[in-house]
Amino acid sequence: MSTTEKVPAPVTGAAPRPKPRRRITDENGRRMPLWEIILRYGLLLAVLALMIGPFLWQLSTSLKGPHEDIFSSPPKFLPSDPTLHNYGRVADTIPVWDYALNSLKVAAANVVTNCVGAALAGYALARLRYRGRRAATLVFILAMLVPVEGIIIAQFTTMRELGLNNTLIGVLLPGCVSALNVLLMRNAFLNVPYEIEEAAFVDGANVWQRFVRIALPAVKGTLAVVAIFAFMGAWDDFLWPLIVLSDPERFTLTIGLNYLHGTFANDERLVAAGTVIAVLPLIVLFACLQRYFFRGVGEGAVKG
Amino acid sequence: MKSSTRTSTVRIRRQLPTSPWLFAAPGLAVVAVFILYPFVSTLNNSFTDKRTLIPGEYVGLANFRELLHDDMFWIGLRNSTLYVLVVVPALVLLPLLLAMLVQKHIPGITFFRSAFYTPVVASIVVVGLIWVWMLDERGLVNAVLEAVGVGKVGFLSDQWLLLFSAMAVTVWKGLGYYMIIYLAALANVPRELHEAAAVDGAGAVRRFFSVTVPAVRSTMVLVGALSSVAAFKVFSEVYLMAGPAGGPAGEDTTLVMLVQRTGTGLTGRVGYASAISVVVFVVTVALMLLVLRADRKEDA
Repeated sequence: MSTTEKVPAPVTGAAPRPKPRRRITDENGRRMPLWEIILRYGLLLAVLALMIGPFLWQLSTSLKGPHEDIFSSPPKFLPSDPTLHNYGRVADTIPVWDYALNSLKVAAANVVTNCVGAALAGYALARLRYRGRRAATLVFILAMLVPVEGIIIAQFTTMRELGLNNTLIGVLLPGCVSALNVLLMRNAFLNVPYEIEEAAFVDGANVWQRFVRIALPAVKGTLAVVAIFAFMGAWDDFLWPLIVLSDPERFTLTIGLNYLHGTFANDERLVAAGTVIAVLPLIVLFACLQRYFFRGVGEGAVKG
Repeated sequence: MKSSTRTSTVRIRRQLPTSPWLFAAPGLAVVAVFILYPFVSTLNNSFTDKRTLIPGEYVGLANFRELLHDDMFWIGLRNSTLYVLVVVPALVLLPLLLAMLVQKHIPGITFFRSAFYTPVVASIVVVGLIWVWMLDERGLVNAVLEAVGVGKVGFLSDQWLLLFSAMAVTVWKGLGYYMIIYLAALANVPRELHEAAAVDGAGAVRRFFSVTVPAVRSTMVLVGALSSVAAFKVFSEVYLMAGPAGGPAGEDTTLVMLVQRTGTGLTGRVGYASAISVVVFVVTVALMLLVLRADRKEDA
């Protein structure tokens, strides 16, 4: 390959097209040998099949009609007669759209409370000077270290004492301002140069104006990361809603799916359709915002 | 410049002495009521015989003494520990290899990175149910195994295969997450180190162990700490694949599953479940300290 590339293309016809061949290079601009290119793409495709294949298989199962054998051997990947019938049947079996709406409410509320609460507290920890600031910071650090799985029974009894068991508010509250998000916002505010706020202060801006007009716009990126992870965390959560919700009418989508699986385990098409409904919005969200996702994981790992 | 910063800060403080607490109040309240208070009350409840509808009384160490003779507790402890021992080495090593694979900026690499991250984004319930279907006796994996002449394998009916299947699912779901963490670390490895090693005649394997691994060692420790704490607290994968009762004769129950099963419901033994929770705390803190200490020792 490396030799053929150097041979100039024979000029044929009137318009010779000097088509620049794209060379595959590494980050230092060095050419990669052909065997390495083949090996890399081969491995990438193999891993791709392993990571995405199960989702596609689930999608395929959900599209297979009632008369199609979903247990055929050898397995058939493409439905012979694709149908959306199973999606209608899920809705007849469990109120899947109500569950999705419940999940959406909790996830949207979680985004708002986390963004507002974490931004406010993060600003207080990073920017304002007062007695007890270190103690406040320590409270959030300690809270971050407490494993949620270990306090879940006490959270449940606390919620019962507040009379909020079996409500969506009860699902939302324990994570509505997470300590990790507060510390992420604190670090973001610490990185904003002080001079900008000083100038605003000299111009007579009070603390709320400085916060809203100067500091917040400067940390938009981190705020986006907090929002995305707050949405995903609430939408995907399983253990806490499982404990706090008992009335099937109030279920979120994850709990509803578990219920569907337990009750109708015999019909894989139904369960498959339910999981597709649960995962599709997230995959779309992720596809649109993947840059922020990756930044968020990096930041979380370094600073968390 | 420095001095002017300081004077302004002082003036900023004088302006509104109460507002800082207003800023921090919502966050502090949530964390105090729903994290710190439950933490303290878990410790407190572990010394009582509190039940869901009964306040209970102080019973000293009775719960902990009972744990010692509770077969289910030992099964849970065994399974959670086994989970750490199998999952953590896999999650320290495999995502590093994956990160090396997606490190080079070759065409289409962003697509592959995103695709490998998809299982992280998907909810654990979706992931669990997908794999229940894949590993079912009539599912895809068994169909393939049968086609190549291996025959059916009872991934979800055998006590041990079930646990190992759940571990495999945990690894599968975690690969993308730790891959991104490693990717950030690999970006900081100086290119010259690899080149110098290559000039000295070191092959790919040799360079992996003498250049890459030492350079990302602190990230490996971080991944080890994060994944061991998460693995010990495993709940959803096993709950979904084995069922609420924890598989055949409850042999696949993990500690957090036991906490959930014991402490909830109208007859839930809150005190006893809290004692198990305390064990979960102690072990997770110990795991963190162990991993971090191993890190410091190698530095010295």
